[in-house]
Amino acid sequence: MKEMIYTVMRGGSLLFGLSVLTFTLVYYSPVDPIQAYIGGGTYMTEDQRQQLEEKWGLNDHPVQQYVRWATALLGGDFGQSTIYQRPVSTLIQERAGATLLLMTVAWTVSGLFGFTLGVWAAVSRGRMIDRLIRWYSYIQASVPTFWLGLLLLMIFSVYLQWFPVGLSAPPGKLLANVTWGDRLYHLWLPALTLSVIGTAQVTLHTREKMINVLESDYVLFAKARGASTGQIVKRHGLKNAVLPALMLHFSYVGELFGGSVLAEQVFSYPGLGAMVTEAGLKADVPLLLGIVLCSSVFVFIGNVCADFLKQWIDPRTKKRVSYDAIE
Amino acid sequence: MIKVNDLSVTFTQYEGWWTQRRVSVLHDVSLAIHEREIVAIIGASGSGKSILAHALLGLLPENAHLSGDMRFRGEVLTDRLQRTLRGTVIHFIPQSVNFLDPLQRVGKQVQWGRSKACAIVEQRDLFHRYGLSSTVAELYPHELSGGMRRRVLFATAMHNTTQCIIADEPTPGVHPSILKAMLDDFMRLREEGVSILFITHDLMAALRVADRVYIMKDGRVVEEAQPSQFVGRGESLVHSYTKNLWRALPENEFSVEEEFHVTSE
Repeated sequence: MKEMIYTVMRGGSLLFGLSVLTFTLVYYSPVDPIQAYIGGGTYMTEDQRQQLEEKWGLNDHPVQQYVRWATALLGGDFGQSTIYQRPVSTLIQERAGATLLLMTVAWTVSGLFGFTLGVWAAVSRGRMIDRLIRWYSYIQASVPTFWLGLLLLMIFSVYLQWFPVGLSAPPGKLLANVTWGDRLYHLWLPALTLSVIGTAQVTLHTREKMINVLESDYVLFAKARGASTGQIVKRHGLKNAVLPALMLHFSYVGELFGGSVLAEQVFSYPGLGAMVTEAGLKADVPLLLGIVLCSSVFVFIGNVCADFLKQWIDPRTKKRVSYDAIE
Repeated sequence: MIKVNDLSVTFTQYEGWWTQRRVSVLHDVSLAIHEREIVAIIGASGSGKSILAHALLGLLPENAHLSGDMRFRGEVLTDRLQRTLRGTVIHFIPQSVNFLDPLQRVGKQVQWGRSKACAIVEQRDLFHRYGLSSTVAELYPHELSGGMRRRVLFATAMHNTTQCIIADEPTPGVHPSILKAMLDDFMRLREEGVSILFITHDLMAALRVADRVYIMKDGRVVEEAQPSQFVGRGESLVHSYTKNLWRALPENEFSVEEEFHVTSE
């Protein structure tokens, strides 16, 4: 219970700090929200401009502006997006699902795939397959998301025409008629891009940890007791190596969100990532702040899950009866 | 049962990137363990006792180079033979409690390597025999005291197929009454026909059960002795190191001559 209160407090302070930081950054950025709002070609009189500034409260002290926004936020009002002229909360609700789906698929696939490769490499350490896996991981770790996305787009959508070039559903189809099949068909390439990008880290870390486990005294003892390599991996390897891999992978959720911003851009996939780029470029402060807060909640939840899982898997982090009580 | 002739072990190490260095850890070690016999190997840390145990079991790392001859009942101890013997005929009691997997319950770790049908029953019996209550089986290694972990390690080696036990310092840190139970167990096992290689630096414990004693120093066997030779001031012992080892015991004169400072652990 105490831990839960602490966790909630930690989450709250994180969100507060983050909102102040983002607000400050946007406030001091050279982008003029009014100019960004009306666009380059439109003319506006000085009078009209002042009226708009007055309406948006842009002349108030920045702290005042922040407090106004934060107070509304506490009441559940994320404000009005200046580029869409619609409530930020509605916009996020519309887009969050697509991004969440994309991230969940990519996270799971890259985790499973990366862990398997890592274990495989460690078990066949020094052999050809280990070298191949490492070689692949190093190359893959140095490949930028957008470049891989473009490459996959060229191969699978343009030349082979197996998958659509973009969007999350067939264009021109009513939202009500979009099936899960359509969604998966459109999800495939961005998810593949993000999954491939996420594997190298897990693979290389799992390989290191697994090698440590295989060199440990308890594995030596298992060998002395006649256990086969398969038994050793099953009994000792998986449980001891999965924890660092999971911790790492949960902390990777933040990076994954960054990756999904790029992937969504490349595949014109209408999720939060594509929207945050737009909000940033057009200085849509309420929308930008809303998405930043929302994504930080994703990341925070990822880390909380990691803490929770660690306690669940590793008995050493649990408080339990000590031996004095038994002996 | 086990016969070792002129066994030498060297490790190849890299110094920097290119230079290889060979470190010699065992020099021409010869010894024998007969059927139904408890053989003790006494020596300080770093004298090569554990390396010998690992060599017999085939557990040395890949950079180890062996020469000499090891036989099990007349058959050359090849990798393959070692693999079939490990965990069935020959059992190993390791020296450190790190040999237990930190993430698995100790009861389960004792059950491993036993036939599924009787694993749980055997484990319960063993825990009972070594004074571990049944709740201990559900605990993880870090929740046990040092002495309890020793007993768990001891229990892992007890199978009804066991014909030979290689125990690498199984006793440090255990309570005298548990030590007695362990030594009694060794003697009981000998009655049942099990041969035991008892590696220790506890000379007194070794003398209580061993049929023969080998003294190791710096990777060599310096003396083979009968327990009966350890009497008085050690006049019937041959090597000066053994004599000093004997005399240095608190029960004896507690004396160490200048040139032989035996490091006690």
